[in-house]
Amino acid sequence: MTAGIVAWGVYLPHWRLERSAISAELGVAAGQGRRSVASYDEDAITMAVEAARRALRGPRPYEPAQLLFSTPAPVYLDKTNATTLHAALGLSPRVGAYDLVGSVRSGWAAMAQAAMVSSHVPTMAVVSDLRSGLAGSVDEIHGGDGAAALLFGPEGAVAEILGRASVTEEVLDRWRVPGESASRLWEERFGEEVYVPLASQVCSAALADAGLAPGDVDRLIVTGLHARAVRSAARRLGVPAKRIADCRLDTVGNLGAAQAGFCLADALEQADPGQVLVLVSLADGADAVVLRTTASLLEAQRARHDGGVAPVAALAAGGDVVSYATFATWRGRLLREPPRRPDPERPDAPAMWRREAWKYGFTASRCCQCGFRHLPPTQTCLKCHAVGSMEPERLADVAGTVATYTVDHLSFSLSPPVVGAVIDFDGGGRYRGEMTDVDPGALRIGTRVEMAFRCVSVAQGVHNYFWKARPMAQGANRAMEGASHGE
Amino acid sequence: MASRGIRDQVAIVGMGCTAFGERWDRGTDELLTEAATQCLASADVALADVDAFWLGTMGSGQSGLTLSKPLKIDYKPVSRLENYCATGSEAFRNSCYAVACGAYDLAMAIGVEKLKDSGYSGLTGIRQVGDGTNPTLSSPAAFSFIVPAYAEKYGVDPEQLKEVLSRIAWKNHANGARNERAQFRKEVSLETIAASPLVAGALGVFDCSGVSDGAAAALVCRAEDAHRYTDAPLYVKGLSFVAGPAAGAIDPSYDYTTFEEVVRAAADAYHQAGIVDPRAELAMAEVHDCFTPTELVLMEDLGFAERGAAWKDVLAGTFDRDGELPVNPDGGLKSFGHPIGASGLRMLFECWLQLRRQAPPERQIATVTEGGRSLGLTHNLGGGPGECVSFVGIVGSEPSA
Repeated sequence: MTAGIVAWGVYLPHWRLERSAISAELGVAAGQGRRSVASYDEDAITMAVEAARRALRGPRPYEPAQLLFSTPAPVYLDKTNATTLHAALGLSPRVGAYDLVGSVRSGWAAMAQAAMVSSHVPTMAVVSDLRSGLAGSVDEIHGGDGAAALLFGPEGAVAEILGRASVTEEVLDRWRVPGESASRLWEERFGEEVYVPLASQVCSAALADAGLAPGDVDRLIVTGLHARAVRSAARRLGVPAKRIADCRLDTVGNLGAAQAGFCLADALEQADPGQVLVLVSLADGADAVVLRTTASLLEAQRARHDGGVAPVAALAAGGDVVSYATFATWRGRLLREPPRRPDPERPDAPAMWRREAWKYGFTASRCCQCGFRHLPPTQTCLKCHAVGSMEPERLADVAGTVATYTVDHLSFSLSPPVVGAVIDFDGGGRYRGEMTDVDPGALRIGTRVEMAFRCVSVAQGVHNYFWKARPMAQGANRAMEGASHGE
Repeated sequence: MASRGIRDQVAIVGMGCTAFGERWDRGTDELLTEAATQCLASADVALADVDAFWLGTMGSGQSGLTLSKPLKIDYKPVSRLENYCATGSEAFRNSCYAVACGAYDLAMAIGVEKLKDSGYSGLTGIRQVGDGTNPTLSSPAAFSFIVPAYAEKYGVDPEQLKEVLSRIAWKNHANGARNERAQFRKEVSLETIAASPLVAGALGVFDCSGVSDGAAAALVCRAEDAHRYTDAPLYVKGLSFVAGPAAGAIDPSYDYTTFEEVVRAAADAYHQAGIVDPRAELAMAEVHDCFTPTELVLMEDLGFAERGAAWKDVLAGTFDRDGELPVNPDGGLKSFGHPIGASGLRMLFECWLQLRRQAPPERQIATVTEGGRSLGLTHNLGGGPGECVSFVGIVGSEPSA
């Protein structure tokens, strides 16, 4: 009966940009390693959906009763972004879904608030970020794209919260006005002078709150966009260097608002029961939390493995590499000649609303009379012609097989060619749609796929979300098939 | 309840067809006027003699005014209809029923499409209100799904299949080179076709029909009145049109190697016309070769070849202009492009020329002149594999005994 973190999920995009490619293209010293890159059809919402799906996969004691979404890269203002996550996850209408968007520090707020209310209201915090900046900037070189989701609840925790502390500081070390895509940074030395003492302050206070000392810490995680301050602070908190977590900056990059959640999830996957974790975040002040893993952690780790959820270590290893030109195109900074085809059209609000379960939840219908499964959902059965005798069936987490496929060089896409495929789902049902994160040359009849929530197009500011198929990750195959047979 | 057909009840007594192509100097009005004028002249009748009109166009105009304004039709019924790529054939089919039932004596079916003004590559749909979940794949992409599926099912090597598809394009271009109305009037070598830049899947530019402007028209009357207009009418033997439940798009048992809608439409049309063995009985067929794999599969769906064997017949030249059953002797969509409202009537125009032995000698088919066959087939399909509408029509130069 322990309150705290109940489940976690991480999403990193398939694509990577080698820092050497930035060096080569721009003639700057971008250093070694690579960063994660969201694909042309991904944004803060789609990555958040993927992280949350991973947190909700497999056995868990309860559904979230509240959803908090935070990102410094919101898709919409005025309109709530979290409602799209809510719909894509197929959550009950009674689950409240709210945004905390704008600043990097809001990401911490989402997690902290979720933790605080979770003894009464099981709450999931999802934090997502796309780090970009001017060409050759620190943010572009050392940033990364990704999302993390943490479900907090009153019992069954894999990690309990022992102590916490915060300190707030009005300081202009980075800023970005609405509408701009790149942040501006003050001189690096200044931020270091400000942040390092704040880090010591919150870390000491949080440990005191927990009744522990730096020597009790098994894993120290220090996060923040100010790299120099983070490195410096970590060394001065009294925790031995070998217990300081590697934030995977060389393979993933700095995920900004999502970094704290990402690193905590990473630590949970590597931790043993009974270990003390300290998470510190430096942004407009400093925040710290002290956690202790519980005996439930082992079971959760095993369930994730059995459920086919790829571990952070595997995600961090990454997929295919993109060129700098492709990266710049995907981020909208390099405008390419389109095909002589009509521009994408804006979907219509009433139709999207009416079809929410299909469009966002990928919910098909199954005939109650003969069992035939229809995608998209219909009222009339193809096989037995029964009318109005259908039950909804969510297929977002059901695997499928490619029946036939094509590579479309004619249709409009920010990243041509469009890869199309006919997908037959395990347990019945067929859908013809787009594929993503795919090497067309490796596609075959029989390729196993899973569904991914993506932004299909943007027209008149409307982000048109729907599901695409992607090749199933190696190793996930067997587990997903097992899961689908069990439904 | 049955599909009875109107075999030999209706005759085509006049036709017109514009040149198809990039008609930058002609708008929809001028194309319609050109086709209608040619059509009326061929039957030596005046516009005032026509009692009713059926206009087919996908997107080049709405309502009967699209035709009545440019032709200055004096207060007659003009129906405007659309049925995807079968639009022109649908105008024809409905006009036939109008005269067959006795409502009118003389009716005109006319189709037009002005595609080139849009500036787009390939065809585009008409915007519909939607939730944004419809796949955005282009038409060539949808039809290219056939290629890997056909290769897999019948064990045809992909390179061999590419050769088959290239040969279909080669044949149709060779026929179009002999047709003054065609958009593309040059023969194209197999090597050029095979090496053309890819558009979708295995389909290169030369595996796709072009984009063009054009119009075509037909005059129909009851069969017993035909000789008042011409000594050589064509008789309507069968007219079939099918819209299915779009099963292939949602049913995993569909394997992308056939068009069920075409199979059903063909069976109905053959039944109406009394045809048992189409490959042996037809003198020619004008089929909807929007993309080369479409024509390949159509050879099987229309009963011209055994299942899984059409690719061998293609390589053997069975459907060449001088083959056992000439298919698309006018050059097909491949040489004409596909002005949607006009295509079905353009196909009928080739039957009009060939079956009445009025085709130019360089492309007159021997199945008529030497083989003594008198039946021609026209076919359209609109949509894509698994989800389409299909038209099959049979016309003949001889009334049944």
